[in-house]
Amino acid sequence: MSAYAPVQRIVAVLLGFLSLGFLPPLIFAVINDDGAALAFVTSLVTVLIVATLLYWPVRRANRDLRVRDGFLVVVACWGAVCLAGSLPFILALDAGLADAVFESTSGITTTGATVFSGLDDMPISIRWYRQQLQWMGGLGIIVLAVAILPMLRIGGMQVYKAEVTGPVKESRLTPRIAETAKALWLIYIGLTAICAAAYWAAGMSLFDAVTHSFSTIATAGFSTYDDSIGHFDSAMIDWLVVFFIFVASLNFALHFLALRRATAQVYLRDPELKLFAFLLLAVSAIATVLLWQQQVFGSFWESLRYAVFHAVSYTTTTGFATDSVYLWPGMLPLLLLLVSAFGGCAGATTGGFKIVRVYLLTKQGIRELQRLIHPRAVVPLKLGGRTLNQEVANAVWGFVSLYIVCVVALTLIVAGIEHDLVTAVSVVFSAMNNLGPALGEAGANWGSLNDSTKWLMSFAMLLGRLEIFTILVLLTPAYWKH
Amino acid sequence: MQIIILGAGQVGTGMARSLSQEDFDITVVDTDAVRLRELQEKLDIRTVLGHGAHPQTLIRAGIEDAELLIALTNSDETNMVACQVAYSLFNTPTKVARVRAADYLAHPELFKREHAPIDVLISPEGLVTDHIQHLIEYPGALQVLDFADGRARLVGTRAFYDGPLVGHELRELREKLPDSVDARVAAIFRNDEPIIPKGDTVIEVDDIVYFLAAHDDIPVVMRELRRMGGPANRIMLAGGGNIGAALARRLERTHHVKLVERDAGRAELIAEDLDTTIVLVGDCADEDLLHEEGIDEIDVFCALTNDDEANILSSMLAKRMGADKVITLINRPAYVDLVESDRIDVAVSPQQVTIGALLTHIRRGHMVRVHSLRRGAAEAIEAVAHGRPGQSKVVGRRIEEIDLPPDTSIGGIIRGDEVIIAHHDVMIEPDDHVILFVADQRQIWRVEKLFAVDAMFV
Repeated sequence: MSAYAPVQRIVAVLLGFLSLGFLPPLIFAVINDDGAALAFVTSLVTVLIVATLLYWPVRRANRDLRVRDGFLVVVACWGAVCLAGSLPFILALDAGLADAVFESTSGITTTGATVFSGLDDMPISIRWYRQQLQWMGGLGIIVLAVAILPMLRIGGMQVYKAEVTGPVKESRLTPRIAETAKALWLIYIGLTAICAAAYWAAGMSLFDAVTHSFSTIATAGFSTYDDSIGHFDSAMIDWLVVFFIFVASLNFALHFLALRRATAQVYLRDPELKLFAFLLLAVSAIATVLLWQQQVFGSFWESLRYAVFHAVSYTTTTGFATDSVYLWPGMLPLLLLLVSAFGGCAGATTGGFKIVRVYLLTKQGIRELQRLIHPRAVVPLKLGGRTLNQEVANAVWGFVSLYIVCVVALTLIVAGIEHDLVTAVSVVFSAMNNLGPALGEAGANWGSLNDSTKWLMSFAMLLGRLEIFTILVLLTPAYWKH
Repeated sequence: MQIIILGAGQVGTGMARSLSQEDFDITVVDTDAVRLRELQEKLDIRTVLGHGAHPQTLIRAGIEDAELLIALTNSDETNMVACQVAYSLFNTPTKVARVRAADYLAHPELFKREHAPIDVLISPEGLVTDHIQHLIEYPGALQVLDFADGRARLVGTRAFYDGPLVGHELRELREKLPDSVDARVAAIFRNDEPIIPKGDTVIEVDDIVYFLAAHDDIPVVMRELRRMGGPANRIMLAGGGNIGAALARRLERTHHVKLVERDAGRAELIAEDLDTTIVLVGDCADEDLLHEEGIDEIDVFCALTNDDEANILSSMLAKRMGADKVITLINRPAYVDLVESDRIDVAVSPQQVTIGALLTHIRRGHMVRVHSLRRGAAEAIEAVAHGRPGQSKVVGRRIEEIDLPPDTSIGGIIRGDEVIIAHHDVMIEPDDHVILFVADQRQIWRVEKLFAVDAMFV
C-alpha cells in the first residue's frame, strides 16, 4: 500500500462530506427556479463520484497519521475543495476555469476578491453559494472535519495544527481535540446567528442579513451586491459591521473562556487584544484626520464613519467597502493595504500576520534595544505574564522572512505579467493577507487581470490562509524523501 | 470523566495512552516541554507545562472540573502536596498518588483526610514485589492475578506440547480434573490474537491460556497444560534494590534465596536486614560468579536491577547456564515484545503492573478489582452484581442468559468465601462478585453498563 493511502482516504472522505455544501444553494435554486439547479446537482454528483473513486482503493488504509502527513492532508484538502468549489461557477455562470477557481479559492480562503461583476443580477442560489463558501472556509474546513468525523480523532492534532492560525498552536480548549473543534464551531455558529439577527433588526432583508453575517464572521468580504456594504448606505449597518468584524477577529479561545467562566475579565487581560485595539484606534484616527483634511466627505462625522469602517475592515483583512478606497487621495489607499498585514488575533478567522506575531516582533525589537543599554541583562520574552520559549520566537522570525520572500517573488512575477507596479504590489499583498480589495487595475474588480495572474493569486491566497509553512514544507525535497 | 495525570514518566504516559483510547478526557502535566510535545503529537490529550503541585498549573489543567487526580511525578513530596492542594482548594473527589519511600508508607495515618488527604496510594515497588512473588509461587505462570483477596486467581500460562490437555477440546478439561477441582479457561491468546473459548476450542502448542481457579487448585490445572517440576525452591535474585530486598525478605523463610548485588555497601546493608538469604557482592552477568553459585540448580532467576539491558543480558546468560525459569524486570515496553520468548520466560513491566492497579480506581462503580493484561489491550475485572432481580441485567439470571458484549467471558463467581467456577447454568445472586475477562479494551464501557443498576426499578 502506498505511504500516502491514509492521506488519500481522509481527503476523499472530507471531499464527500463537504459536497453536502452544495445542498443549501440547490434548495435555493429549486425554490426560486433561478436556473442554476442543474449546475448544483451536477456539481454534487461529480464531486461525490470523484470522492468515491478516491476512497474505494484505499478504504482500508486506516493507519494513524504521522506528524508529516498532517501538512499533506491539509494542503490536499484545501486544494481539492477549492477545485470542487469552482464547479458551480463554471456550470451556472459559464466562467472560465481560471476565473472559477480564483473565485472559489477567494471564497474559501476568506479573501473576498471577486472576478465577477453584476452580482446583483446573478441567480440567487449563486449569490448565496459565494457567501456560504466564505463561511465554510472561515474557521477552517479541517477544524470542521475534526469536529464531525470520528476517523480524525487520532491524528486530528496533526492536521489541526497545520491549519490553525497563530504562532502557538498547541494550546487546546479541552482535552479532546474533537471537543475543542466542536466548541470552536459552536462559538462560530453562535456569533453568526447573533450577527444575522442584528443585521436584520437594522433593516437588511433576511436573505441579506444571513448572507452578510456569513462573510462578516468569517472576516471574508464577499457581498451579494457590487457595491458591497455601501449598497445599504446606512450608518447603523456600518457600525454593526465594524463591531462584528472586531468580535470575529478576536481569538476564539477568549470567547470560549469568557463563556465558560461567564466573565468579561479574560478580554481585558489579554495582551494581544490590547495591542489589536490600539492598532485599530491608531489607524482609524489617522484615516479620519486625512479624510477630514482632504475634504473627501462633507462633515467630520461622515469622515469618521468611513474612516473607521475601512480601517477596521482592512486591518482585519475582511475587505468590505462602503466607498471606492482605490480612488481616495494621498497615502490612504496604500496605508490601508499595508495595515492588512497585521490581521486579527491568532485563533480568529482573519488572515495576515496575526497581532500576536506583531506583538512578539515588537517585543524582540525592544529587547535588542535594551540589550544595547544593559549588555548583561536577562530579558525573557513574555506573553501575558508567561515566558515563551525561544523556539516560538524563532518560528515568528522564520514566518516573517518567508512572508517577505514570497511577497517579493510574487510581486516581481505579477509585475512582469501585468506591466503595472501598483496593481502588482496591491494584488499580491491583498491575496497574501486574504484581504480582497486591491488598487490599480484590480481596484474595482479583479476580472480584468490575466489568467496566469489569477492562478498565481489563487496560490497566494492559499499560501496566506495556511500561513506559508504548511504549503512551503511540501515544496522541500526533504519532505518527500523517506 | 476528566482526569489529570501529573508526571509524564513511563507510568504516566502509559496511563494516558491506555485511558485516552476510552471515553476519558486526559490532561497530562509535566515540567518537560519536549516530552509533553511528543506526547501531544501521539495522543489525543491536552498537555500543560508547569509544576504539578502549583495551584495555577492545576487550574490550567482544568482541576475545577476534574473528577480524578493521579499524581505520578518522580517526587513523593510533589505528589503528596498536589493531593493536598487538590483537596483543600478544589475539592477534587478522588486523589491517587504514587509514594515510593517506605518510610512514608510505614505511617498510613499520614494520609488520612485531615493530614495529607490521598484516597489511593500506589507504590510501584510493592506492587511489583507482589507480582513477582506470585510468579515464583507458580512456576510456569506468565501472570497471576488475584481476585477476592487471593481466594480466586486468574493464571496465564503458555501451553506446551507435553501438557495432557494440549491438542484437545476444552470440554475435556472437566473430565480430566479430579472431582473436587474445577477451573474455567477464560481466554486464549494465539499469535497475540484473543480467542474467547467455547467447549469445542482446541488448545494448541504455544497458546497463552488464561484460566480461573480457586487458590489451591491452580497447580493441578496447570499440570494439564504443561509438564511441571516441583515447586520452586532455589531462587536467585539479581539486584538488591527495593524490590530485590523486599522479595528476599518475603521468600527467605520458605525458599533458599541468593541475592547478587553489585555495590558492596548496599549489599552489607541488605545482609544486615535479612536472615537466611545469602547476599553476594558481584556483577549479576558475571559468568564465573553464576557458575560458582550453582546457577544450573537454580529454579527461578529474577533480574531486578533498574537497568533494562543488564536485566535482559543476565537473564539470558542465566537461562543458558541452566536456570530453570527466568523472570526479568523490563521498563521499556518495546523490549518486552523483543525478549518474551524461549530465552526469557516472563518479562515483568512495572508500568503494566502499576497501571493495572490504577485502573481499579478508575473503572466506574461496581468494579472492585481490575487487572490490565497484554499491555492494556485486555482486562480482567472483578465486578459486584448489585441490585435485585429485575433491576439489574445480571442478577437473577443464569450465565447463559446474560447478554455479554463481544470478546468477553465470565470466568467465575465469588459468593462469600466460596469460589464458583462459571458454567452455563450458574445463577447469579445479589452481591456476587463476578470475574470477567475482556479481551478487547473497547468493550469495557459495555461491561460497565451491564453491571449498572437500573434506577427505574429501585
